[in-house]
Amino acid sequence: MKKGQVPFRFATASYLIRISNQRATKLSELQEGLAKCSDSSIFYHTFHSLRRHHFLTEGFSDDFAQWIMAGCNQAALAERLAALDLRDYLSLSDLRNDLRSLVTDFCHSHPERARQEAFEPFYFSEAIEVSVPLNIEVQTLEDFRNVLAELSNASFHFHFVTSRLRLHLRTNDFSLWLSTGLGLESLAQRATRIDIYTNTLEVARRQLLALVSQELER
Amino acid sequence: MKATKPQTRTLHLDDYSSIVGAPEILELRALASRLRGRTVQMVNSTSVGGGVAEILSRLVPLLTELNLTLRWDVITGGDDFFEITKAFHNALHGAPYDKPPESFEIFLAYNEQNRARLQLDSDLVVIHDPQPLPLINDRENHSGRWIWRCHIDLSRPNPTVWSFLEPYVLRYDASLFSSPDFTRQSAIPQYLFYPCIDPLSEKNRDLEPEFIESVLEGFEIDPKRPILTQVSRFDRLKDPVGVVNAYKIVKRYFDCQLVLAGGGAADDPEGGKVLDQVREVAAGDPDIHILDLPPWSALEINALQRGSTIVIQKSLREGFGLTVTEALWKRKPVVASAVGGIPIQVIHKHTGMLAHSVEGTAYQVRYLLSNPSIAERLGRQGHEHVREQFLITSAMSRYLTLFIHALEHGSS
Repeated sequence: MKKGQVPFRFATASYLIRISNQRATKLSELQEGLAKCSDSSIFYHTFHSLRRHHFLTEGFSDDFAQWIMAGCNQAALAERLAALDLRDYLSLSDLRNDLRSLVTDFCHSHPERARQEAFEPFYFSEAIEVSVPLNIEVQTLEDFRNVLAELSNASFHFHFVTSRLRLHLRTNDFSLWLSTGLGLESLAQRATRIDIYTNTLEVARRQLLALVSQELER
Repeated sequence: MKATKPQTRTLHLDDYSSIVGAPEILELRALASRLRGRTVQMVNSTSVGGGVAEILSRLVPLLTELNLTLRWDVITGGDDFFEITKAFHNALHGAPYDKPPESFEIFLAYNEQNRARLQLDSDLVVIHDPQPLPLINDRENHSGRWIWRCHIDLSRPNPTVWSFLEPYVLRYDASLFSSPDFTRQSAIPQYLFYPCIDPLSEKNRDLEPEFIESVLEGFEIDPKRPILTQVSRFDRLKDPVGVVNAYKIVKRYFDCQLVLAGGGAADDPEGGKVLDQVREVAAGDPDIHILDLPPWSALEINALQRGSTIVIQKSLREGFGLTVTEALWKRKPVVASAVGGIPIQVIHKHTGMLAHSVEGTAYQVRYLLSNPSIAERLGRQGHEHVREQFLITSAMSRYLTLFIHALEHGSS
């Protein structure tokens, strides 16, 4: 069994949610809020939202789109925001720019709708991450599979979804290790293609597990 | 009635593995390892009775099992103190405050007595609710960090009481709230801390089907026909009359039954009046079951929720709404009002249905009775939502994360 030059060290993250003093009661205020809120706030309402609602595979996976639909009844704008794929972003500032630009364009084109009171306010919040090592490390693909089989959603989300913000690469911790640590480039690419939007995190993890098992059986 | 075994043994952290998964328990241990050698203290105003004491009595032993040095202290006071703090509680929810000005002095005097008695020297002190709020006066004697856990809705407080309490709040390092809706603009950091339920408590643990059936039969409820249930005390804000009116609309289309299970009518004159009113609107319909239950009915409530086809929570105003959490945990489709903390739990069309009127409630109930597969999906997703956010293990994770953050980085 091939051993990686460096082991894969599993970790997890837990989040403290800070409720900021910033609120939006209409789309024009959301537009202002998107310009002023912290990066942790952008993270909370997008990447963290995906984790909180991981068991849902329909509806909108980011809080902004969800509020625009449920609170403001603006389906077209909500769909555009929801269509932004978090995997395309390596930095929160790029994601913020795209969110802002969609909301700003809409507010300019529909000023009367931008000033309409929403059914409920939008509370900007922030996620403060505390990451901890799980003190589990593996060097072979077989050991990797065994740990992956028992991995929590929180740890999977940390390594598979939010990792690109730390790595600033269009990949995830698992694919990076499979590729650079074990030289399994094709497996790494197939892992990166797993859809985290149309699958629950649980199903995404099982898909990765299946890919790893296939590789081991070859 | 076939008895289900009463829960007598002490619960341990590993008992929760079968519910949330062993990896989640491992993660709690990993988080706690960052707090080795640190001391934490919780302070509230009662050791028994009420939601805060109930959850602390379960949370504190479980956190201690993670090798955390954690102490739970309870402040004491005379009847006059608790009458004042009850008036504070109502006033912070917006009610008028009619106590004399010296009530503030009495409140402070009892807090001073407690400050002299208690040793508040832990690395982190968590004060629960307004009763012990002025204990913050002791912080200058110690280097620990102080957090205020507010379990009530502070969004529209009575200005007299709030202007008295706010200066104390602002001396804390941070505050914790159950919902963003319950907060006010604040100069100190405010963190989101959902309340939680214990899946292994009498009120929430799994029950044998035979026991559920025997409870239903004991109350003469037919298990073969749809059962709509609202569990809440008989209080106008829970709108039991509105629930009966919604049921009457549904009844035109479905041969269903309604269960209104609650308590508190015996020792609350207002509750008694509401109960009389409910009986009046329900009169003549044998399919409406009004159950005024004693406080020790946790198992029966559990069975009624589990035996229901749909659970309703048609409140006009609500706190977080833990009865909704309980129903979601039991995989029940829920139709509830969009008030208080309910929309956090019931994500419309995903983990339940929200309604804003009697007619809307009736329509959503009819829709779910007509579409059992959708009802089943909502129940399943509601259960997952609770597992992720509102169980005692999630509360433990939040506290550990807060402790690490506050002790390693300060609170802001």
